[in-house]
Amino acid sequence: MKTAMKVANLPRLVPLLYIVFLLIPIYWLVNMSFKSTNEILGAFSLWPQEFTLDNYRKIFTDPTWYNGYLNSLAYVAINTVLSVSAALPAAYAFSRYRFLGDKHLFFWLLTNRMAPPAVFALPFFQLYSSIGLFDTHIAVALAHCLFNIPLAVWILEGFMSGVPQEIDETAFIDGHSFPRFFVRIFIPIIASGIGVAAFFCFMFSWVELLLAKTLTSVEAKPIAATMTRTASTAGYELGLLAAAGTLTIIPGALVIYFVRNYIAKGFALGRV
Amino acid sequence: MAEIQFDNLAHSYIKAPDGADDWALKPLDQRWEDGGAHALLGPSGCGKSTLLNIISGLVAPTTGRVLFDDEDVTALRPEQRNIAQVFQFPVVYDTMTVHQNLAFPMRNRGVAETDVQRRVGEIADILGLTSDLNRRAAGLTADAKQKISLGRGLVRDDVNAMLFDEPLTVIDPHLKWKLRSNLKLLHQRFDFTMIYVTHDQTEALTFADNIVVMNEGRVAQVGTPAELFERPRHTFVGHFIGSPGMNIVPCGIDNGCAVIAGRRIAIANANAALHRGGRNMELGVRPEHIRFCDDGIPVTVKRVDDVGRSRIVEITLADVRLKVFVLGNDALPDANPRIAFDPAYTHLYQNGWLAGEDAAHD
Amino acid sequence: MIDRKPNPKAWLLLLPMLALVAFNAVLPLMTVVNYSVQETFGDNVFFWSGVEWFRQVLLSDRFHQSLLRQIIFSAAILAIEIPLGVLIAITMPRRGIGVAFCLVLMALPLLIPWNVVGAMWNILALPDIGLLGRAVNGLGVSYNFTQQPLAAWITCVVMDVWHWTSLVVLLSYAGLCAIPQPYYQAAKIDGASRWAVFRYIELPKMKHVLTIAILLRFMDSFMIYTEPFVLTGGGPGNTTTFLSIDLVKIALGQFDLGTAAAMSLIYFLIILLLCWVFYTVITRKGQQ
Repeated sequence: MKTAMKVANLPRLVPLLYIVFLLIPIYWLVNMSFKSTNEILGAFSLWPQEFTLDNYRKIFTDPTWYNGYLNSLAYVAINTVLSVSAALPAAYAFSRYRFLGDKHLFFWLLTNRMAPPAVFALPFFQLYSSIGLFDTHIAVALAHCLFNIPLAVWILEGFMSGVPQEIDETAFIDGHSFPRFFVRIFIPIIASGIGVAAFFCFMFSWVELLLAKTLTSVEAKPIAATMTRTASTAGYELGLLAAAGTLTIIPGALVIYFVRNYIAKGFALGRV
Repeated sequence: MAEIQFDNLAHSYIKAPDGADDWALKPLDQRWEDGGAHALLGPSGCGKSTLLNIISGLVAPTTGRVLFDDEDVTALRPEQRNIAQVFQFPVVYDTMTVHQNLAFPMRNRGVAETDVQRRVGEIADILGLTSDLNRRAAGLTADAKQKISLGRGLVRDDVNAMLFDEPLTVIDPHLKWKLRSNLKLLHQRFDFTMIYVTHDQTEALTFADNIVVMNEGRVAQVGTPAELFERPRHTFVGHFIGSPGMNIVPCGIDNGCAVIAGRRIAIANANAALHRGGRNMELGVRPEHIRFCDDGIPVTVKRVDDVGRSRIVEITLADVRLKVFVLGNDALPDANPRIAFDPAYTHLYQNGWLAGEDAAHD
Repeated sequence: MIDRKPNPKAWLLLLPMLALVAFNAVLPLMTVVNYSVQETFGDNVFFWSGVEWFRQVLLSDRFHQSLLRQIIFSAAILAIEIPLGVLIAITMPRRGIGVAFCLVLMALPLLIPWNVVGAMWNILALPDIGLLGRAVNGLGVSYNFTQQPLAAWITCVVMDVWHWTSLVVLLSYAGLCAIPQPYYQAAKIDGASRWAVFRYIELPKMKHVLTIAILLRFMDSFMIYTEPFVLTGGGPGNTTTFLSIDLVKIALGQFDLGTAAAMSLIYFLIILLLCWVFYTVITRKGQQ
């Protein structure tokens, strides 16, 4: 009986081992963030021997550091709002209406999700410089729309197609105007879909760096780019780098925690 | 094929059940005869699906035993019990052809390939699936898919019982009737023990020779369609079966007769009524067993509903409402209507149970 | 089912989306096309050069090599992440408190900025100060990803597996949760083995989400830039110089605008073509 029990429990170990594998690099980062650079380069140890908060203190007191966070959060927030608000009516059109070129348009939209950011880096730099938006939050937020809007349209279209058409028709028969119906009735119904789309927009805007770095220099520099600069210019300040890295994990972790009950459903994109 | 028996069986989905409401299935003893066509009938949530899953082994009962031909199978897994089950929504293996679907249970059991081919051919022929054998199962209609699920049970010759869990739910109405009569023919031909779960009384009554009516996790009555109709053991059965259901009205008793509004009414279970106190008494009589006559109890006609070949007349006897069934060409009384109850089919109930038959119940 | 009605006014609903995406996609793409067919000697003076740049890029060894590196890398990570992700999804609990716990922890790598991922793996794998570097060397295997090409390549693959397998897990898990219980019950009754349940029920039902997973992973791995750039800078030598890294080197490092533009277009077309092929093959196979 005992061996049979062990065999039955074996599959449970797979996700557990995987989670351990996921946590090791994160642990190492956090571990280093509590060490001084001297300690890191000096003796090798599995946990901090001289526990220090200096790295974090530096980040929270130096404006070039903490502004990096504020910049990142600013353009991510603007982008999420922009992407979802533009995608909502578009997804409704794709899910409810047939019109000339609808299929081709949808595919074209998705091709933008497939475009390598590296291809767009230089033209974006020239485009946003020429219209005077270089080094602003709005430039990065707009640039990230390139891949976030297609994704948001895709996700929302899936959720909307799961809502029976009778709901729309009943509302129109009851005399609701389109905007009123859309805002008062339809949006509350697909609220969870909007949440999922917003989560994905947040995620991809938060983790992207190539475009964000190309389009900013000082004023709107994202935290991730501040990190690369520090790594190269101010010597190899590993402790500081690790602390900054650790802090970039926190917003993501918070967001995941709040949407944890929707994650599985969200990844199904509404239409499995 | 086997006889199936429950021995003092009960089930609760709650780990530590406390009080009657926690039990999805209250303690019961039940026997399903070998080779019979049995139905489990009841409203949703009455415990009939739980009961079916306990037979198939998908659910392990909290207490009690399940016996197949007197052999205890309570601890056996579904595949060891040799049962077949057809589910509410058709389950087919999408990527396989119809042929592969039908062969699947046999191949899993290591049946010789020549036997597999022969059996699949036979069963496909009987089910009318021969022309679809090489098609992918995914593209077929719901009724063809349901036939495949059924076929996966029929191909096996070691099956103890075939279980059906509301199998006609997703079938178009005009095909339902056809599939049901197919099923009946198949049952006669193969003579398997068959347990059919449904909430539709027409399905159960036209189909089974033995019906178990369930309500709130307990068996209300077991019997043939005629027994359920003529002599419901519980007011729930009287009400649930029949359209419209049985008239059930509070009554008093007096010397072996029921009393409504001061009128004495003769009843079938008069003996039981003789020994009772007068608490929680009800009179049950089907609309079919009340008739208008010249020398009966005077009533008032409230409304008449025409339901095709017959009429349902709502009347009041003093302040008691009753329904009366009148066949198409029988005339309704024009003035001073009077009614009579058929004493053979008029029953007295106490606490919901047929008086004189509730010894086993609370 | 939604019965979509013809409605030309639908274009009105698409306007905000079109304005934003077209601004970002069409104008820059036109710039790229423009550069790709012109030659410049500085001072913003351009000459028509036709398909010259395309010919150069397509014939250059450098491009062939980074394309080959890219294809091998994408194939490797697909071959690891898809089966691994499916395996983890299948072994994950379906209900109970363990589910939210697993999901939250597994989604974590997906929300870490890509250069932080690179930096994290850098300090993890460095042979002197990194846990991984120390451990591998401690086992007697000589490992230094800043010097050994193979070690650098393997580190990139492992980093990508760490970073992205969760996406496959979450997609597969969503697909698995959508399979109705009777399928498993019928399979039990039919005496199906665990393998048969996977092969004939779970895998076919996961087809849709796996298509999405393969497409997303293919596209994103083909565009990978930040993580390996931070980890190895494309080296040692050119071992981990994948297409995007090479492209940025040419465009921003050497400022060869014509070559970069032509390469961009070829690169983009390759992705579109491969995605289309993948998509058609996977959906066709499903319909037969």
